[in-house]
Amino acid sequence: SITAPRPPTEISQKLKVTIIPGDGVGPELIYTVQDIVKQTGIPIEFEEVFLSEVHYTRSASIENAVKSISKNNNVALKGAIEESAVLHTEGELQGLNMRLRKALDLFANVVHIKTLDGIKTRHGKKLDFVIVREQTEGEYSSLEHQLVPGVIECLKISTRPKCERIAKFAFDYATKTGRKKVTAVHKANIMKLGDGLFLKTCQDVAKQYPKIEFESMIIDNTCMQLVSRPEQFDVMVMPNLYGNIIDNLAAGLVGGAGVVPGQSVGRDFVIYEPGSRHSFQEAMGRSIANPTAMILCTANMLNHLHLDAWGNSLRQAVQDVVKEGKVRTRDVGGYATTVDFADAVIDKFRI
Amino acid sequence: SGEVRRVTLIPGDGIGPEISDSVQKIFEAANAPIAWDPVDVTPVKGRDGIFRIPSRCIELMHQNKVGLKGPLETPIGKGHRSLNLAVRKEFDLYANVRPCRSLEGHKTLYDNVDVVTIRENTEGEYSGIEHEIVSGVVQSIKLITETASRNVASFAFEYARQNGRKCVTAVHKANIMRMSDGLFLSICREQAALYPDIKFKEAYLDTVCLNMVQDPGQYDVLVMPNLYGDILSDLCAGLVGGLGVTPSGNIGKGAAVFESVHGTAPDIAGQDKANPTALLLSAVMMLRYMNLPSHASRIEKAVFDAIADGRAKTGDLGGSGTCSSFTADVCARVKDLA
Amino acid sequence: QIPGTRLPLAKYGGRHTVCALPGDGIGPEMIHHIKNIFRFCHAPVNFEEVQVSSSLGDGDMEAAILAIQRNGVAIKGNIETKHDDPQFKSRNVELRSRLDLYANILHCVTIPTVPSRHSGIDIVLIRENTEGEYSGLEHETVPGIVESIKIVTREKIERISRMAFEYAKANGRKKVTAVHKANIQKLGDGLFLKVIKEMADAEYKDIKFESMIVDNASMQLVSRPQQFDVMVMPNLYGNIISNIACGLVGGPGLVSGMNIGAKYAVFETGTRNTGTSLAGKDLANPTAFIRASVDMLRYLGCHYHANLISDALWKALVEQRIHTQDIGGSHTASDVINATLINIEKHMEENPHL
Repeated sequence: SITAPRPPTEISQKLKVTIIPGDGVGPELIYTVQDIVKQTGIPIEFEEVFLSEVHYTRSASIENAVKSISKNNNVALKGAIEESAVLHTEGELQGLNMRLRKALDLFANVVHIKTLDGIKTRHGKKLDFVIVREQTEGEYSSLEHQLVPGVIECLKISTRPKCERIAKFAFDYATKTGRKKVTAVHKANIMKLGDGLFLKTCQDVAKQYPKIEFESMIIDNTCMQLVSRPEQFDVMVMPNLYGNIIDNLAAGLVGGAGVVPGQSVGRDFVIYEPGSRHSFQEAMGRSIANPTAMILCTANMLNHLHLDAWGNSLRQAVQDVVKEGKVRTRDVGGYATTVDFADAVIDKFRI
Repeated sequence: SGEVRRVTLIPGDGIGPEISDSVQKIFEAANAPIAWDPVDVTPVKGRDGIFRIPSRCIELMHQNKVGLKGPLETPIGKGHRSLNLAVRKEFDLYANVRPCRSLEGHKTLYDNVDVVTIRENTEGEYSGIEHEIVSGVVQSIKLITETASRNVASFAFEYARQNGRKCVTAVHKANIMRMSDGLFLSICREQAALYPDIKFKEAYLDTVCLNMVQDPGQYDVLVMPNLYGDILSDLCAGLVGGLGVTPSGNIGKGAAVFESVHGTAPDIAGQDKANPTALLLSAVMMLRYMNLPSHASRIEKAVFDAIADGRAKTGDLGGSGTCSSFTADVCARVKDLA
Repeated sequence: QIPGTRLPLAKYGGRHTVCALPGDGIGPEMIHHIKNIFRFCHAPVNFEEVQVSSSLGDGDMEAAILAIQRNGVAIKGNIETKHDDPQFKSRNVELRSRLDLYANILHCVTIPTVPSRHSGIDIVLIRENTEGEYSGLEHETVPGIVESIKIVTREKIERISRMAFEYAKANGRKKVTAVHKANIQKLGDGLFLKVIKEMADAEYKDIKFESMIVDNASMQLVSRPQQFDVMVMPNLYGNIISNIACGLVGGPGLVSGMNIGAKYAVFETGTRNTGTSLAGKDLANPTAFIRASVDMLRYLGCHYHANLISDALWKALVEQRIHTQDIGGSHTASDVINATLINIEKHMEENPHL
C-alpha cells in the first residue's frame, strides 16, 4: 500500500568521525580501517586525536578529545589505550580510559559475542549474545586510600540511578535488537547491599518490559556456565568488574580479542572499540594483529550513522574473508599480515 | 610416620553422608593412618536465641587441626554464621586452594587443564563491609592488607615448591585499582624474590579469563585476591567438568579444612547415585597436607584410573556406576597398588 | 519551545529511541514516510514500532503504554474509535490519561500558497487533555435518560494555565486568551476562568490576558482569526476550536499537534483524523505528519535536523507548490516526500559538514 519510492541511499556529503588510535597495535588497526574506508569509498572522514599514557608527552588532553567527538557526530573509533599500573602523578588514580569515559559519561559498554563462520572454536556451537557492562562506578570508582601502612581500602560504590540506567539500557537494547532474554549477573549472596541494589533495580526495571524474559545468575556460576553451556545466554547485564571478566572470558570463546567488536555508549556519545581492550603492545609494528574486531566496529559505527548499506556491506565483506579462511592472521592460526587481511576485505567489498 | 592421626569429619547434608562413607572405605582399603572424628554440625539454638555451630565441632577442630567436610545446606535464617565462615574466622584459613585437572575418561572441551587457583580468603571484596550512605547509594569496601597478601603469596610459592610446580602467576587488576591491587602485586613480587626456583608472572584478570578459555595449558599456579579467586576457581572447575570433580582446601596457620564445594544434591540423596570424586580428591589433598604423600598418590592414582577406565564411573560423568560400585572399584585398585 | 524540562529517557550514543505508533488509516504509511526522511537526513532517531489499533486487544495497549513510558517520546497515528460500542473506551483518550499528557498544543499558521480564506494566521491552541467532558463518566440513570459528568479540578486547571503562560513566555508570545462558557457553566468553567485570571494577574503581568466565551470565540475565529495569539481552553472546547483553526489554515492534513505531560510527550496530527478513506491510495497529505516529526525533533533538541526537514518541506509546499488533493493540488503524498528529500539533499550539498 505504500507507494513512495525509496530515496537514494547515496549522499554526496561525507560524515565526520573522530579516531583515537591508542597504544600498541591500536594505530595499525585504525590506519587499516582508514585504508579500507578510502579504498571502498565509504562516505566518512576522520579526525585524529592522539591519547596515550605511555607517550604521555605527545598525548592530547581529554578536553581536546571531547571537543573533537562532539563536533564529529558524537562518534569516535578507538584503539586500546594502555593503562599502566604505574602511577604517573601522585594522587591521580584514574587512568586515561577511565577519564575519557567519565568525561563523555559513557556508562554502558556493549560487547557482542558472535561466532564467525570460519573461526574454529572449542564449543563448535553458534554463539550470539550481548554483554552489557556498567563502566562508571562499582570497583572502578578509583576511591582508594591507605588506612594504616599496609592496609588499603578500595571502595566500591553502587548507586540506584546508575543501576537503573544500565538496567534500562540493557532492556532497551534487547528491545531494539529483538532479543528475548536479559540475565543480570551479580554476587548479591555475598555483597548483599551493593550487588543487592543492582539486582533489585534490575528486577524492578524488568517489570516495564513484559515481553523480555529476565533472570539472574551469580558471577562465579556464570563463568562456569559460560565455559560449559554458553549458548544459553542472550543479553547479559552486570556491574563493572564482573563485566570486565565476562567480556574477556566470552571473547575467548569465539576466537579472542581480535575478533570481538564493542562499543561504549553514553547518553550523548558513543565510542566504538574492540570488545576486549588489550593494547597488545608486544605485537606493535609487526603487522600481525587481527583487524577483524576493529573493522566490525567500523561497520557497527556505519549502521549507527544510518549508513546501513555501507555498514552491512563492510560486515559482509569481513565475514566472507573470515569464512573463506584463506587469509588468516596469526591469532587464528594463519600467517597473513594485518594489511593482507585488509586487502582481502577491500577485495570482497561490494555495494 | 606410623602413628594414627585424627581428622574431624563433617559428613554434611544430602549426598554428604554417602560420599563421606565412600571416602572412609577407600582410606581403610589404602591403610591410611587416619582416624575419623565424625561430628554433626546442624546449628543449635543458643541461650541467646541465635543459631550456632555446636561447640563440639570447634573443640574437635582445635584438637585435630585438620578437617574434611562434605556439602552443607545453606543455612536459612538471618544472623546465623555459616560453618565455613565460623571455622575460617576461628582458624584464620587465609588461603583457598583448588587444583583443577582434566580427568582422563571424563571428556570436556578442554583436555589440557592443570591449574591450581589459590585465593585469598579473608579480606578483599568479601570482607562484608557495606553500608548504604544515603538511600540508593551503597558503598562496599574492599580491604587489602599487607599481612594477608603476604600470607597468601608466600603460601602460593610454598605450595608450588612442595608440589613440584614451575610457575606462579599473580592475577590482579592494578591498572584500575592501582593502590589496593597494587599492594597485593608488590607483595607477590616481594615473595617471588624469595623463591628463585619458581617462575613468577603477573597477569591482568581479564587477560587471564580470555586466555583461560582459549588455552588453559599456559597457566600453572594462580594466586589472587578474594573476588577474582572466587570467579576464576569456578571458571576453572567449569573447564574440567564442574564442581563434582574439583577438590578444594582452606588452609591457615596450623589448621586446614578440605571440602567438596558442590551442592547437597537433595534430589539424588540416599539413592546411591552420588559421585564421591570431589570429596575424595579433597581428602587426597588433605593427605598431602598432612605429609602422607605415598598414601595420597596411591589413592589419587586409583581414583584417576577408575574414572579413566570408566566402567564404574557415576551417572554425572556419563557412566552407569553407583556410588558404592565406584567406591568398590577404587578400593580394589588401591589394594592392587599397595 | 515547550516549557519544563523532560529528560529524554532512551537516548544512547547521541541517538534517541522513540515509539512509533502507526495506528489506523493513513497512520502506517505516514510513519513509513517519516522513517524514510529521518534516515535520509541522518536524524539521530531510532524507532521502536508498536502496533495499536482499535481492532487489537488490551494487551497491545498495555505494551504501547509501557513502550512510551520507557522511551518517553512517541509519534503516533490516530487510532479509530468505535462509536457503535458504548463500552469501548477510546484508546486515544486512554493513552492520554494513562500517560497523563495533560496539554495538547497545536500551532496553526497560514502557509502561503496554500489556498485559504484568511491570511496571516498564527495561533497556538493549548487544550486541557485529561478531564472535563472527556472523563468518560456516563451512565443511563433510567432508560432514556443519560447523565454525562464533566469534572474539573483546580489542580489540573492550574497546570494547564501555567503551561499556557510559560509557553507564551518561552516563545515570545504577547497574549493569552482563555476560552470558556462560564456564563452557563458557572461553577465548572467559572473555576477555570477564576484560576487562570488569578494566575495571570499574580505572575504573568507582561503577558496580556483576556477571556472569551466559546461560541463567540468560534465566530471570531472565522471572521477575524488574526486577533488570536495563544488560546487556552478546557477539553471539549479545545476539540472544537482546534478543528476550526485547522480548517482556517487549510485543513487537517497540514497541522501537527503535540500532547505533553510532566514526563512524556506524544506527537501526532493536529486534528486526530484517521483518514481511513484515503488509506493506501497515496493521496493523503503528509504535511501534518512531517510537521509532527519536526516538532518531535525540536522537543528532542535536534534543531539542526528539525530545521533541515522543516525548511525542505516549506520549500516543497510554498515555492515548488507540490500540493496534494486536499489543498487543491494534484500531487500524491510520494511527490511531497520526494520533493522534500531532494530539497534536503540540496541543502546538505550546499552546506557541507554538520
